[in-house]
Amino acid sequence: MEENKKTTGIVSGIIANLVIVEISGPVSQNEICYINLRGTRLMAEVIKVLGTKAYVQVFESTRGLRVGESVEFMGHMLEVTLGPGILSRNFDGLQNDLDKMEGTFLRRGEYTAPINTDQAWDFIPLAKPGDIVVAGSWLGEVKENWISHKIMVPFKFEGKYTVKQVQPAGTYKASSPVAVLTGPDERDYEVSMVQKWPVKIPIRAYTDKPRPFRLMETGVRIIDTMNPIVEGGTGFIPGPFGSGKTVLQHALSKQAEADLIIVAACGERANEVVEIFTEFPELDDPRTGRKLMERTTIIANTSNMPVAAREASVYTAMTLGEYYRTMGLKVLLLADSTSRWAQALREMSNRMEELPGPDAFPMDLPAIISSFYARAGYVYLNNGSTGSITFIGTVSPAGGNLKEPVTESTKKAARCFFALSQQRADSKRYPAVDPIDSYSKYLEYPELQEYLSENISEDWLGSVLEAKNILLRGKEAYEQINILGDDGVPIDYHLRYWKSEVIDFVILQQDAFDKTDASTPIKRQKYMLGKVLGVCNTGFSFEGFEEVNPYFKRIINVFKQMNYSLFDSEDFKKYEAELEEIINERKAA
Amino acid sequence: METKAFQKIYTKITQITKATCSLQATGIGYEEMATVNGRLAQVVKLNGDNVTLQVFSGTEGIPTNAEVVFLGRPPVLKVGDELAGRFFNAYGDPIDGGPAVEGEEREIGGPSVNPVRRKQPSELIATGIAGIDLNNTLVTGQKIPFFADPDQPYNQVMAQVALRAKADKIILGGMGLTNDDYLYYKNVFDNAGALDRIISFVNTTENPPVERLLVPDMALTAAEYFAFDKKETVLVLLTDMTLYADALSIVSNRMDQIPSKDSMPGSLYSDLAKIYEKAVQFPEGGSITIIAVTTLSSGDITHAIPDNTGYITEGQLFLRRDSDIGKVIVDPFRSLSRLKQLVIGKQTRKDHPQVMNAAVRLYADAANAKTKLENGFDLTDYDERTMRFAKEYSNELLAIDVNVDTTFMLDKAWELFGRHFTRAEVSIRQEFVDLYWPK
Ligand SMILES: Nc1ncnc2c1ncn2[C@@H]1O[C@H](COP(=O)(O)OP(=O)(O)OP(=O)(O)O)[C@@H](O)[C@H]1O
Ligand SMILES: [Mg+2]
Repeated sequence: MEENKKTTGIVSGIIANLVIVEISGPVSQNEICYINLRGTRLMAEVIKVLGTKAYVQVFESTRGLRVGESVEFMGHMLEVTLGPGILSRNFDGLQNDLDKMEGTFLRRGEYTAPINTDQAWDFIPLAKPGDIVVAGSWLGEVKENWISHKIMVPFKFEGKYTVKQVQPAGTYKASSPVAVLTGPDERDYEVSMVQKWPVKIPIRAYTDKPRPFRLMETGVRIIDTMNPIVEGGTGFIPGPFGSGKTVLQHALSKQAEADLIIVAACGERANEVVEIFTEFPELDDPRTGRKLMERTTIIANTSNMPVAAREASVYTAMTLGEYYRTMGLKVLLLADSTSRWAQALREMSNRMEELPGPDAFPMDLPAIISSFYARAGYVYLNNGSTGSITFIGTVSPAGGNLKEPVTESTKKAARCFFALSQQRADSKRYPAVDPIDSYSKYLEYPELQEYLSENISEDWLGSVLEAKNILLRGKEAYEQINILGDDGVPIDYHLRYWKSEVIDFVILQQDAFDKTDASTPIKRQKYMLGKVLGVCNTGFSFEGFEEVNPYFKRIINVFKQMNYSLFDSEDFKKYEAELEEIINERKAA
Repeated sequence: METKAFQKIYTKITQITKATCSLQATGIGYEEMATVNGRLAQVVKLNGDNVTLQVFSGTEGIPTNAEVVFLGRPPVLKVGDELAGRFFNAYGDPIDGGPAVEGEEREIGGPSVNPVRRKQPSELIATGIAGIDLNNTLVTGQKIPFFADPDQPYNQVMAQVALRAKADKIILGGMGLTNDDYLYYKNVFDNAGALDRIISFVNTTENPPVERLLVPDMALTAAEYFAFDKKETVLVLLTDMTLYADALSIVSNRMDQIPSKDSMPGSLYSDLAKIYEKAVQFPEGGSITIIAVTTLSSGDITHAIPDNTGYITEGQLFLRRDSDIGKVIVDPFRSLSRLKQLVIGKQTRKDHPQVMNAAVRLYADAANAKTKLENGFDLTDYDERTMRFAKEYSNELLAIDVNVDTTFMLDKAWELFGRHFTRAEVSIRQEFVDLYWPK
């Protein structure tokens, strides 16, 4: 076989982490290269080519780099390594295993293997000789934690292959061949448990991507009940600093009904990643009884890590998600914060002196964001099974103002909008998701409506819409009371407002730090919504407006005690009985 | 800085702008230091043989035949135990008349800590100020700024916090400090007999503004030496980060970069994060805690500097003048310590979280009552009691001149609850009421 000669180059210019390389041969856009800084190899990616000049963004600090130093181009784009052993690991944005790095401080040019290819796994064949297979077809499986990790036909294989041989059940090293496939060119190809894939290219090893329709339970009432996310759906959480984006994402990562969770910490605080490292190995996953960390993989590019790798980190996370989706798994991908990724793009675009778009972000920001969100989704695989990536990103708008490019572009791409409001955060109404502005487009999907009516109850959607309507009318009543004064409006306005407050305090607000309240299964959500709507639909009689406030405060208090008690426990029933008594005190005849 | 014999001297500058000059030179490293007629400069751009230098003190009076010498290294600080008790300028040169520090040369602005080698912050820092210890408890390894208007006494508060925190070393990074404030710090530390554990890197208003870009990295390099090498508890004070950010914008404007919001460079978030993320708790014991000052212009926190800061730091401490008591307080509403839940009720008395929340809630009720009063509505008896409570709470706990321990703060809060409210109105878990409600 002819040995591909690698293109080389010489550094000719440096501005921060943008380096200009004089090239001696062909290079491709997004090709990876290594700059040789007197013995230290700095990884970089081609982002523009002009004549014989390649503009590369370096994933490391360029301090000390000189003009004239040599560059070696690798002939491939930024790739991740895919195979068993990814779960529960802590990677940086380029999939280096952080635990394998030496020393306390990160050293530039230190790249560690993402997975241990020498590790042995118990392999069980799924395909047999003669089977016709394509990229992504399952050849066998190994147990990775409790997940059936499928060994697949590499995604880079194009066309139809015939299985010539599959290893019998047994223990094999990840790097050793487990199957031989005959390609369309009649040649034989060995397949191991490990393959590589370029992160910026979506893995399309599926036959169909229908509109998603299955509810993904998160245990967060303001999401599940009011603005549901679906398996394979997309959503985003914009909010000013301190409004609760990270706390909400951490809640999702602990509670969501997913097979595995990939968390991309993108340009945020290192201490928040440490929180996951520290707590998740201790916390139980109620679905499997295993530790939460076993289903969690972290991609950490914290704010002090190199900016260019921040951009890569979200793609790395998405590609890992696509890999596991092709195994027929439910993946939840969380990125905190996609604004930092957009800012990384902005820094680079400014350095290249490109024509800036709004707020100096690159002109193609909306397109970049929307094609990223498009990689999520629910899919039918080649063998008829299904898999999904549900993606929820946070957005950190400058000054908390949602009229800015990242929020606006994301709003066009994501189907759920969980807007965090400063005002709600200030008044400690957590999670501070604005009940009026937020939405889930999925609630309008007939596919989901049908699913809800079959799996929760026929009148569920009606109840949810009714609750939303009560909230809206409550808000209107509140505005009127504020303008006209407590005694300037009919008592009915006070009632309307307080009924909406019941929904707010009992359904919307949820204490993320309380053992019981933190996560509410859908069955309990259904029960509580029914109870709350029961109160809202009761006619009450009051002599004057002064009586309304203390009365409803009592109702809310008992409801909250119910929220803090185990479902259907003695306490729960005691409070429920108390609630009935309070309601009967003022029930209109 | 002396010129060594073997160093090549360049004398042909091809371009001069307000902040930079360019010349032809080879073999130069990116971010390498140089001197231009004796003024310190740093390589900010390399294009073929064309080298662009940022001259920290500005280019006024630089001739085209100025002598340029490259130092062959990035900015460094010599670290060692001798740093303790000393005062330096932004370049790390002594300004206290003492001798140069001998020690290991370390690059400033070095790499960050591998996140998996960090420990979750867990040690409470007591400051004696109830607005902090009671409501916004600080933890070692935390990074938190004071948000304050320029006329507020943030430097005094910082100095107090620094002296009361039981830190092994206090490192002051002064940026655009007035000479008076610089001397104030010096005196306070001196009078407290603490000079031997203080290290200062100071850029005053008399120094060129761009120089202050070096100050945080100098301070944090020294901090890493003591926290990591010596496993000490280090507190870093950075004042005023708004002036630091202003210097960033000066440089980026002069280099014709496209500004983003509020004419700040697009990289402001990353630039500030690189500094603040140096705050760390090492598993082996040492820690770096950063307390900074971000001055606001007329309380506007949506400006790019406080806004980006808020997205980076673990909370913020708001200073506000309370006109009812005529004192500066730590505002319980807009202040937040995001790490407080790691220590309160664990390293402090168990009733701490509940007492803290109850007091803030009652204080909020007082604020509502005040608004009602201003709008000409009648006050209820409860409204009046909350307002009396608020005044005492502000005066006896929130004011920054209070210096007591946390147990005293909690007892004081119970005393105020008992004086003004019924148990039901305070609504704290019964077990604590039984224990602490004033008899
Ligand atoms: N659901 C919740 N329950 C109780 N407290 C909450 C909740 N959400 C947020 N908080 C409080 O708000 C603080 C800030 O939340 P968080 O760190 O999630 O904000 P953020 O939006 O991610 O901010 P940033 O943009 O700066 O990262 C938390 O430390 C916590 O005290
Ligand atoms: Mg956050």
